[in-house]
Amino acid sequence: MAERKVTWGPRDKHTLIGKSIQRIDGVEKASGFAKYTNDINPPGTLFCKLLVCKHGKARIKKLNVEAAKKVPGVHGVYLFKNEGDTCNWDGDIVAAVAAERSQVAQDGVRAIEVVFEELKHFVDEDDLAAATAFKETVETDGKKEEVSRAKDLVDRTVGDPDAALKAAEVVHEGYYGINTISHMCLEPHGSHAHWQTGEGPKLVVHHSTQNVSGTGGQFATKFGLDAADVRIICNYIGGGFGSKFAADEWGWAAAQLAKETGRPVRLMLDRATELKTPGTRPSGYAKVTIGAKKDGTITVWKSHHWGTDGPQGGTIDGNQMPYVFDFENKVVKSTGIKTDCGPNRAWRAPHHPQLCVVTDCAIDDLAAKLKMDSKEVFLKNIKQLDKVAAQNSDLYVAEINRAAELMDWKAKWHPHGEGGKGSVKRGLGLAINRWGGGAVKGTCMVKVHPDGGAEVFLGSQDLGTGTRTVIAQVLAETFGLALNKVKVNLGSNAYPAANPSGGSITVGSVTGSTRRAASEALWKISDLVAEKYKVAADSIEAGDGKLWSGGKAVCTWQEACRLLDNRALEVMGESPVKDGLTSVLVGGCQMADVSVDTDTGIIRIHKMVAVQDCGTIINEMTAKSQIYGGVIMGIASALSEERIMDNTTGRYINADLDTYRLPRIGDIGEIVIDLWQPDSEYNRGVVGLGEPPVIPTAAAIANAVANATGVRVPVLPMTPKRVLDALKGARA
Amino acid sequence: MHDHEEESRGPGFNRRDFLRGSGAAVAATALVNGAHEGLAAQDVKKGVVAAGKAQDIKLKVNGKEVTAKVENRVTLLDVLRDDLQLTGCKEVCDTTNCGACTVMIDGKAVYACSRLAIECEGKDIKTVESLRNGDTVDPVITGFCKHDAMQCGFCTPGFVVATRAFLNQKPNASLEEIRKGLGGNICRCGTYAGITACAMEIAQKGGA
Ligand code: FES
Ligand code: FES
Repeated sequence: MAERKVTWGPRDKHTLIGKSIQRIDGVEKASGFAKYTNDINPPGTLFCKLLVCKHGKARIKKLNVEAAKKVPGVHGVYLFKNEGDTCNWDGDIVAAVAAERSQVAQDGVRAIEVVFEELKHFVDEDDLAAATAFKETVETDGKKEEVSRAKDLVDRTVGDPDAALKAAEVVHEGYYGINTISHMCLEPHGSHAHWQTGEGPKLVVHHSTQNVSGTGGQFATKFGLDAADVRIICNYIGGGFGSKFAADEWGWAAAQLAKETGRPVRLMLDRATELKTPGTRPSGYAKVTIGAKKDGTITVWKSHHWGTDGPQGGTIDGNQMPYVFDFENKVVKSTGIKTDCGPNRAWRAPHHPQLCVVTDCAIDDLAAKLKMDSKEVFLKNIKQLDKVAAQNSDLYVAEINRAAELMDWKAKWHPHGEGGKGSVKRGLGLAINRWGGGAVKGTCMVKVHPDGGAEVFLGSQDLGTGTRTVIAQVLAETFGLALNKVKVNLGSNAYPAANPSGGSITVGSVTGSTRRAASEALWKISDLVAEKYKVAADSIEAGDGKLWSGGKAVCTWQEACRLLDNRALEVMGESPVKDGLTSVLVGGCQMADVSVDTDTGIIRIHKMVAVQDCGTIINEMTAKSQIYGGVIMGIASALSEERIMDNTTGRYINADLDTYRLPRIGDIGEIVIDLWQPDSEYNRGVVGLGEPPVIPTAAAIANAVANATGVRVPVLPMTPKRVLDALKGARA
Repeated sequence: MHDHEEESRGPGFNRRDFLRGSGAAVAATALVNGAHEGLAAQDVKKGVVAAGKAQDIKLKVNGKEVTAKVENRVTLLDVLRDDLQLTGCKEVCDTTNCGACTVMIDGKAVYACSRLAIECEGKDIKTVESLRNGDTVDPVITGFCKHDAMQCGFCTPGFVVATRAFLNQKPNASLEEIRKGLGGNICRCGTYAGITACAMEIAQKGGA
């Protein structure tokens, strides 16, 4: 018998893989029947409200919760902090109160006697000089030291930048920045916890998490339980974007309150705390100098950037600057600023969107200075890519050209600043991205029942990317069944451990493991069929609800499964395996067509084009949805969304959905998506797609604004005020 | 297009916030000092008035008479979600900005977080759950699935109700009208293209 190999098989044979398939949980979600953690509400559940710090930084002088405990309907109080502790940012959680209703819990919060002593704070994240000057005494090992809030992180020189700069025919200097944003998950972070006696796990936690298989242990350790004693459930999650991997102290608080009160407890962060505490994306502000030849070839890059990721004192990753491109001569410096702002967490494509803004906006300005078409300058330098992206250089050329075609770039492009005679100016911009997205370790179990039922179990999660659906497609395709004949079981740590969903690693991991397990299961069934029906086992193929040999139907899937002799067949699958089912590394290009009203400063998006490769595509429709989503999030950070810190009070002053501005349905213009999928892409295997499309959008829009007006709006988001300020500055 | 748009200009300006109590005072400073408007919104939390006596109220939800025991300060959203287990309407902002809690009251789209439960006695309340009966679903739900107008799905039920109510009012809506009419809801995942395509398709067929 020929060796059996797991592959995706010939592309043209698929009935499900690679097609646009509606998500299998669509009706559940759209009709409101899908239960999210925030919806778990069995009788007896207590609801929580939080007491948080409302200062930039403060010491808790007094904290007395006795009165809160006496409020009728309040059942428990959990302390995140105690008297004497310091609160490190506006929104740092002090206590949680559990009560019969959220309104009653709020009564409890108000009954808490708390006195804060305000401490000196620093939240001025873009002011490097102020951060350097802001000194405080820090005690380490009994030694007192004056420490500044600014700390140099990266200082790297390659080649001979000074000589290269002297030799350069053109030199451009610019300043670029992008402000901090919050994850703004519409379902806040939180959990519903209850304890049970008798059989089964002791602690059951519905947890809004991107990490179903990985958070149980964090609860187990905290409460001195065995891992098997904690059940984590998350069937649906209302957004995570990189911020929901941990059990988090509020998860523990829910479990502790449930333990103390003997009642189920639900603790979800309120909206303001959700914006302030469980994660933000770091800011970055950069001074850039580029030297180039007259033909646009960049010969030297110099940059120094700073910014904050909150108390950790980091900024965007200096080791990846410049982004996608790399140059023979460069100096890259970065300085982290420790601020009393909420902490950062991984945000969809960590660091990449910000790096992309700094790099691609600087290159665009260089093109303006050279009076060249920006696209030509990008193409001119496409041989100068960093080691990772370099493996893709031909692809970038093809994708940039394809995007240009879809944008009608050649016809629409004009030199920078020639965006029209009236007060409304129109322009084009582009930017490029790269991402890894390879599979990581995970398992699954495929189970085939003697009655023909087929299902897969894995401790994965569907963040809305369509994970459940792509797994179903793979299982059904492998067994030759209709989509509704297979069942996908995820969202519980009772199932074989799967990967956390971050870094676009999920689709490769779960489809790889499922394909492997299902292929093996099919082989086992084929062996039984071969014996019974006297056909060659390796000639058997599954399709259309039947098993086939040499083009003839041998038996139905049900008949085949009956040969299992009343015992369900269980096969484990693993990922990653280097067998060609999955791959890594994608590139992509986005272009923007915008107009800028120079009287009001309002930017309008006419059209966005996104060309993106991602290897073997399992579901074209949900893949496109990922790109739509990425582009729209990119539009948000280009035009409106930002955290606004008030230097006087140290507070995050727009932590609500009114003043933290997100685009609405009328704000996004036309979005054209082109999935790059020649056979060469299909043949390389599945690669994740969650992060890459969010990366280049903001830079492309910023460049389009510069092309329209001839003026760089240096800091994103480009709010009307920043646009008007930039125009005024240029006129001055 | 939400019925309460006029009255939802911020904390302190609608009846609910008045009943909630201290919101008005904070909002007054917000008027003077725009920078603090955000703080006003985030610091006004439900339940700022003292506990009142819970009373039985009768509501008509999805065609059925139901009763709940609530204090005056409890919102319709909380009663639907916490008492009646109708969790299709989501609590996201609780400040009438996002539309995740959209329900229909007497046929019009309303943010359920903008109404006190007691205000809604005698009204015809319909939640997203009413648009599905087993396998039979409203064409808006079918359209959302067809155009993949959802990702995480947390904003989706609110958008479904808003779309249904909007198309009932404007069965032949144009693209521009759709873009305006559905502007009361927010999606973080970026599903606007699918929602627009779905609404357009139904509008071209006359709104049903
Ligand atoms: S929760 Fe009601 S509008 Fe946001
Ligand atoms: S689908 Fe996630 S918020 Fe809209």
